[in-house]
Amino acid sequence: MSTVPLHRLAHARAGDKGNRLNLALVAHREQDWPLLAREVTEARVLALFAHRGATAVRRHDLPGLRAFNFVIEDVLQGGVNGALNLDGHGKTLSYLLLGMPVETGAG
Amino acid sequence: MPLGSDPTALLRIGCGSGFSGDRLDAPGPVADALIAAGGPAALMLEVLGERTLALAQRERRQKPEAGYEPALLELLSPILQRCVAAGIPIVTNGGAANPRAAAHAVLGLARQLGLTGLRIGVVEGDDIRGTDALDDLDPWEGDAGAVLEPDRVIAANVYLGAAPIAEALRQGAEVVITGRCSDPALALGPMLAHFGWDEADWDRLAAGTMAGHLLECGSQVTGGYFADPGIKDIPDDALGMATLGFPIAEIGADGAVLITKPAGTGGRVDRRSVTEQLLYELHDPGAYLTPDVVMDITGVTITEEAPDRVRLHGARGRARPERLKATVSLPGGWLGEGEISYAGPNARARAELAGRTLLERLRLLGLDGKSRLDLIGVVSVFGGDDKDDGFASVDAEVPQDIRLRLAFASDSRAAAERAAREVLSLYCCGPAGGGGVRTRVTDRIRTLSFLVPRGRLAPRVTLLSLEDAA
Repeated sequence: MSTVPLHRLAHARAGDKGNRLNLALVAHREQDWPLLAREVTEARVLALFAHRGATAVRRHDLPGLRAFNFVIEDVLQGGVNGALNLDGHGKTLSYLLLGMPVETGAG
Repeated sequence: MPLGSDPTALLRIGCGSGFSGDRLDAPGPVADALIAAGGPAALMLEVLGERTLALAQRERRQKPEAGYEPALLELLSPILQRCVAAGIPIVTNGGAANPRAAAHAVLGLARQLGLTGLRIGVVEGDDIRGTDALDDLDPWEGDAGAVLEPDRVIAANVYLGAAPIAEALRQGAEVVITGRCSDPALALGPMLAHFGWDEADWDRLAAGTMAGHLLECGSQVTGGYFADPGIKDIPDDALGMATLGFPIAEIGADGAVLITKPAGTGGRVDRRSVTEQLLYELHDPGAYLTPDVVMDITGVTITEEAPDRVRLHGARGRARPERLKATVSLPGGWLGEGEISYAGPNARARAELAGRTLLERLRLLGLDGKSRLDLIGVVSVFGGDDKDDGFASVDAEVPQDIRLRLAFASDSRAAAERAAREVLSLYCCGPAGGGGVRTRVTDRIRTLSFLVPRGRLAPRVTLLSLEDAA
């Protein structure tokens, strides 16, 4: 097995609504979508954002777009109007997700 | 060619601004491309954020002729004559809290430019402050339990749909100015006016809404907010991010959608840039709620037809929601911030010492509020608020260039100002070698979302010209 950062296999963009964040995760190559589906689970994403108070993660699967949409609740610590964080929108958090290590099953 | 004169003809919709802080020179190349293409076209300018609208409402209360997007005339003046001459209507939500005042300002610009016959459509009715609609609001799911105190409300605006924009265009408006409406409606309105789609033609409305959603953030679909060197490259040359082309959608009468950008501009339109924007700020991709339609993009496919030309198929629509979303803005206290840099040997230890010193100062002064410390360069934006020692949580390596930031939220302006000043005081009272202090105190606004029944609203369309203004 070999482990790579998700950044090698996929790209992402974050969007906010209140205290809720969505992260669109898109596979660079169509054939990697099943691997991402296996590795990037709701539970792992929730664990990744636990230190920011995330309470729930819902993953929407979009195989036709080679993509997933993760909706993460209560992760923005008040959101753009309430957070003490420099990035109250959570716009940088797409790259927190892309830092997640994933097992490629190869090599 | 005027909208609607040949409803079978392809409609081009350009977007010259994707948010209230966007590049002021972006609309020009889009207008030029629409004019060169020659067919029916419209140009949208999206400039209205939730916070922007609340600030505009405050401004209007102090100055009745203010309260619209401050950059509106600067955005319009280079393109207005060209667009009017070519029959390309401009649709913008730059009316913010005062669309009528914005229209009078644009008429003033028109007079200067010799466009004495300009017709402006004003869309009102989104502002529900002081109306009985405020009595009939239910909290939106994300704000369950929110309680509204009507006398504290700064702004209360409902997201209107595309119908009033289409109505203004049908009445001959050459510029349409709205307050709050859904961003995709700025594109869907011209489509309704041109194609005459039935208001219950859900799949076409969904296709048009998808096009509007792809356009609404401007360059975010054409290679902006996208570049990641070595992974997703945007050329670092004359066709790079300094000259990003803003998007143009080509819409067919059957709801076909193609996204492109003006020739000779920077950036790129490809599967990846389009996919990122398609999912931007979406929650359930099977049910994206807008005032005009519930959009389902789970079956959408993306095809790269040619360089910078991407086609999307398969948006589906369902009946529009019975209730509309309203954003209510309330005072949100104050935020004091201060930053100071430490670099070189032992930088992190000096920065941490400075941070501990600040927390102790806030405690000794008895300032009432909530604080957080960032070690920018070690951990800042990824970190949570709640680590016991006051620093943002997440452990990291030890770099040599660190910026400490204090953020302090309080209901007291004086407390926020004092907290920020404490960072400045570190020049003399903090560890050795600190420099580059920045401080800032921001008046904050809290927003809540509610749902309001359609029957409570009365969107209005008024056409204004210089004769009315005289």
